[in-house]
Amino acid sequence: MDKKTAHRAFRQAVDFKNGSVEMAHGAGGKAMTQLIEQLFISRFDNPILKQQNDQACVDIGTTKIVMATDSHVITPLFFPGGNIGSLAVHGTINDVVMSGATPLYLSCAFIIEEGYPLSELIKIVDAMALAAKQAGVKIVTGDTKVVEKGNADGVYITTTGIGVVTDGIERGADKVKAGDKIIISGTLGDHGVAIMSLRENLTFTTTLESDSQSLDSLVNAMVTQIPEINCMRDPTRGGLAAALNEIARQARLGMQLYETAIPIKEQVRAACEFLGLDPLYVANEGKLIAFCPADKAEQLLAVMRAHPQGKDAAIIGQVFADPNHFVQLQSSFGGMRMVDWIGGEQLPRIC
Amino acid sequence: MKYIDEYRDGKVALDIAEKIRDTVKPEKNYHFMEFCGGHTHAIFRYGITDLLPANVQMIHGPGCPVCILPISRIDAAIALANEHQVILCSYGDTMRVPGSQRRSLLNAKAQGADIRMVYSCVDALTIAIKNPSRQVVFFAIGFETTTPATALIILQAKRQQVSNFSVFCNHVLTPPAITAILESPEAREMGVLPIDGFIGPAHVSVVIGSRPFDHFAQTYQKPVVIAGFEPLDLLQAILMLIRQVNQGKACVENEFIRAVTAQGNLKAQRLMADVFELRAEFEWRGLGLVPDSGLKIKSQFSDFDAEKKFTLSPSTGRDHKACECPKILRGVKKPTDCKLFAAQCTPDNPLGACMVSSEGACAAYYSYGRYQKQSNDERLNAFKEQVKNG
Amino acid sequence: MCLAIPVKVEKVLDEDLAIVDLGGVKKQISIALIDDLKEGDYLILHVGYALCKIDPIEAQKTLALFNEMRVQSEAMQLGQGE
Repeated sequence: MDKKTAHRAFRQAVDFKNGSVEMAHGAGGKAMTQLIEQLFISRFDNPILKQQNDQACVDIGTTKIVMATDSHVITPLFFPGGNIGSLAVHGTINDVVMSGATPLYLSCAFIIEEGYPLSELIKIVDAMALAAKQAGVKIVTGDTKVVEKGNADGVYITTTGIGVVTDGIERGADKVKAGDKIIISGTLGDHGVAIMSLRENLTFTTTLESDSQSLDSLVNAMVTQIPEINCMRDPTRGGLAAALNEIARQARLGMQLYETAIPIKEQVRAACEFLGLDPLYVANEGKLIAFCPADKAEQLLAVMRAHPQGKDAAIIGQVFADPNHFVQLQSSFGGMRMVDWIGGEQLPRIC
Repeated sequence: MKYIDEYRDGKVALDIAEKIRDTVKPEKNYHFMEFCGGHTHAIFRYGITDLLPANVQMIHGPGCPVCILPISRIDAAIALANEHQVILCSYGDTMRVPGSQRRSLLNAKAQGADIRMVYSCVDALTIAIKNPSRQVVFFAIGFETTTPATALIILQAKRQQVSNFSVFCNHVLTPPAITAILESPEAREMGVLPIDGFIGPAHVSVVIGSRPFDHFAQTYQKPVVIAGFEPLDLLQAILMLIRQVNQGKACVENEFIRAVTAQGNLKAQRLMADVFELRAEFEWRGLGLVPDSGLKIKSQFSDFDAEKKFTLSPSTGRDHKACECPKILRGVKKPTDCKLFAAQCTPDNPLGACMVSSEGACAAYYSYGRYQKQSNDERLNAFKEQVKNG
Repeated sequence: MCLAIPVKVEKVLDEDLAIVDLGGVKKQISIALIDDLKEGDYLILHVGYALCKIDPIEAQKTLALFNEMRVQSEAMQLGQGE
């Protein structure tokens, strides 16, 4: 491996003097991770934050508490399969449960645009109430702010969740080992494509719905039967590719995926063909990736497939030692290619 | 998906790869250029290189209309948004192309310019109709595949009298670009072009037909095989090229018979001729000034010509001194021959044409080809085992 | 260049517009560059415009060619006898 092609995640430091924030910094890709590392983690500076999981696991007395937070700024606010409210509840619950914790309480903060119809707001709140109830979670505190017309795209919602780890096991990217198998809980790209179909200038019609759901029930089944699971993460913005590249970097290991094993719905493939997008980079909201020791993989797969939220689960790859921390894919033709960690958002292409 | 899946069959790919191995003369080296960026993308995405024997090398050509956009045209587009306050509509591909001071449309958008991404020029016209008080400019790029769409939208804008809509035209032509490669300095100096044959573009040929390529086969005595976009099409076309080279032939063959005819889409050609005419020369990033290779909007449509509507000051942006794109685009050097490759020049921070779009030789190589642990043979055998074991 | 995809015509709306389908995803596109189109035809689509019809017979010939070559190639090998 010559120096020229050696892997270095960030080529240039963030320009804090003259630079400005770009959409890429929120896209879930490399640019966002870099900003987080070189600004937030660097300034807030503590070992828990440095673990860079989607949730923080802290010891309070003898109890392990997990805490996670998420802001939701999605447009459109209503989409097939949900709305910003249900998304906000599911998203934070998922961040909490990825550690294996049982989710208990949520807070939610609303930033609402002046003029937003109350008839729409009530739909959003009802969806949140339902989502919380389904996951056995209580929304116990919150905040309400209104901003002038032209801001907040209707509504922004931030939810913070806490849960408890009941089996005493701390999971995370740093626990991933070489030889671990990589398992996905279901089909990729559903949410991103469902949302894209509603965006202006990208109109196409699909019966696809967002896969937004709370995965607490699935995770509970998984960790109670296979406690050896080392890490779980839900691949949201930036898709599977972003999540795996982050974990590869945090775990300091490489990964190899098998293209033919990755479950993707035909309509998602078709929509990606239309726009020239790679489904591996498209957002999901109700899926998880699990890393578990190879000897437990088949068993875990069976547990997941027996659960309604994991019926399309599949083993899609393996972790191995790699000083470059590359995520690679074996294509349907047998050739290897990189699943690169892109800087910002994937853009549709014509070429 | 019909007409897609059956042309991506891995098992059939192995069969064709076997044929290729049987057909190559072991003592000979074959160098083929795929002109089209989409073919470059497919080669890497499907690992076609891994299926080819070591003496068959693919050279990645300049057929990527995004990559070849010169800095001055990007600067002009940004100026339209910034100084002239237009709504600039652009395809996704163009958003990351760096102009002067490495500023792209995406950067300009971050700084407040009203730049919007569209899937089709139809969307740009719709934006113009919805925003009658704003000027809307469509940043048109592309080879002959994309030009008919722009021709139609200009005609539609005229018909519907959408006076706040105009087009910034950067359409380029394929045959002159191929000529530029065949007439490259290296070819003239050495008297030898290091290319044995061409994979002809798939969708450009749908529009212009296979006939325009006869000239290259005859004049330069190089075989051309027009290939469809899918990996099996490419493998088949490579096999057809190898056969021609072995037999000392130099003619145009059409592998993409399901979509390409000799004459092409005459309606599309007529429409392009109605709306556009040739520029005397056009700058191609990496190739320099190429005569008769670019299109401009005819004077009867000057109301819809952004270059006539707005005064665009020329920019003096230049490519990085150490950038080897010119040689890479002509197939004389490889991405790894460039000092900047994977160092200062990466897909996130592209310095030259070849790294800019995902189909440029450097970008494709960076993403797909840069890390190879096993040799081609080892990998092929491993895959065959997998296929055998189901 | 040019990401173009094969799509099926689901409904011809008028001489310039049609609804097409790929894998269950539908889109309204321009057919202004095509003549004599009917439902069930397949098109090559690029940036919202159909560029040509796909000829099903030629498509079949191409697929047959991928497989046919095997026999021919073996014969050639025997012929070369190296």
